[in-house]
Amino acid sequence: MTVTVRLPGALRDATGGQTKVEANGRTLADVITDIDRRHPGFRGRVLDESGRIRTYVNVYIGEDDARSKGGTDAPVPEGSEVMVIPAMAGGA
Amino acid sequence: MQLTADTVRARVRGTLLERVGDTPLLPLRRIGAGLRGELWAKLESANPGGSVKDRAGLWMVIAAEEAGHIAEGSVLLDATSGNTGVALALVSAVRGHRLTLVMPDRVSLERKRIARAFGAELVLSDPLEGTDGAIREAQRLAASDPRYVYLDQYSNPANPLAHELTTGPEIWMQTGGAVAQFVAGVGTSGTIVGVSRALRPKGVRIVAVQPDDALHGIEGWKHMPTAIRPPIWDERVADVHMTMGTDEAIVMTRRLAKEEGIFAGPSGGAAVAAALKVAREGTGRIVVLIADGGERYLSTPLWE
Repeated sequence: MTVTVRLPGALRDATGGQTKVEANGRTLADVITDIDRRHPGFRGRVLDESGRIRTYVNVYIGEDDARSKGGTDAPVPEGSEVMVIPAMAGGA
Repeated sequence: MQLTADTVRARVRGTLLERVGDTPLLPLRRIGAGLRGELWAKLESANPGGSVKDRAGLWMVIAAEEAGHIAEGSVLLDATSGNTGVALALVSAVRGHRLTLVMPDRVSLERKRIARAFGAELVLSDPLEGTDGAIREAQRLAASDPRYVYLDQYSNPANPLAHELTTGPEIWMQTGGAVAQFVAGVGTSGTIVGVSRALRPKGVRIVAVQPDDALHGIEGWKHMPTAIRPPIWDERVADVHMTMGTDEAIVMTRRLAKEEGIFAGPSGGAAVAAALKVAREGTGRIVVLIADGGERYLSTPLWE
């Protein structure tokens, strides 16, 4: 299944400058792993060592917060838009 | 004419805003045990708006009033991820000004709700663009409508001035001049720039701390290499520059609550974690600034 993943400016360096990437996968974990295959290191920026979404990152699948839909096990329907955003903002 | 502490004090006499500043300075007895240096924390959550931003918020608004920038129908405007928004909303409520705040959408709920409770109007900017997106939107609004008085905390000299004339002198008084080093994070950089101006000429070593990654969880801090650089920022104000990771910051934020009874936000944990490293090497009294309280982060996974 192909989905569009939109990324914050703060992750641009992890994806070769792109803030919008296409990825494949049934679950959020699959999608992140797929991006990591093309952009090694991406996974570690979004997920912690135990594979959970980092506390300071929010991931939305469509309008839903992925944490409320099973975290990285959350299903990602065909054609949906995944958005990764900083949970905190810099500079107050 | 440059604002003075006496002018600000006179303008807010008899109101809640009189309570901005004069925050407690406390020793970190457990976390600081066994170190060469002596760790002391300046608790900015004791301000009426709950964060260090009350100082800059108050001074920027009074400076605009004194300069005659606020007329009938004026609307104060700024870009903020939160604490400055709460501070400006509180000050505007007390001073009777209208206020519009631009915040990135989908950041933690608490600040938005508090700012709205004080009567501020919120404009939400693209969450993917973070604080820099909010700054660009505020600049666009300011250029489009002359009623806006754009306070611009990132370039407003009243921001560092508040710290030069209040935070710095308070630390000097509270320590009786016995302060060897000052440690704080860099966001707008108002705190570190202002305190440095007050204390560095007296021989205090200034330590500035930044997040170690563009994507980080230290609310209020800026990763300067990848962010819009605040015009008030000047690297030369600090003797030492350090970086801090979010994971280490969160561990220390939790320790502060359990070991010292200080319920701080993640930037407080980050600053104390950096100060701990400084205190392992350096001697004398090391003052670290804790910018806000943990209550502001209850809706985030920080306390889960």
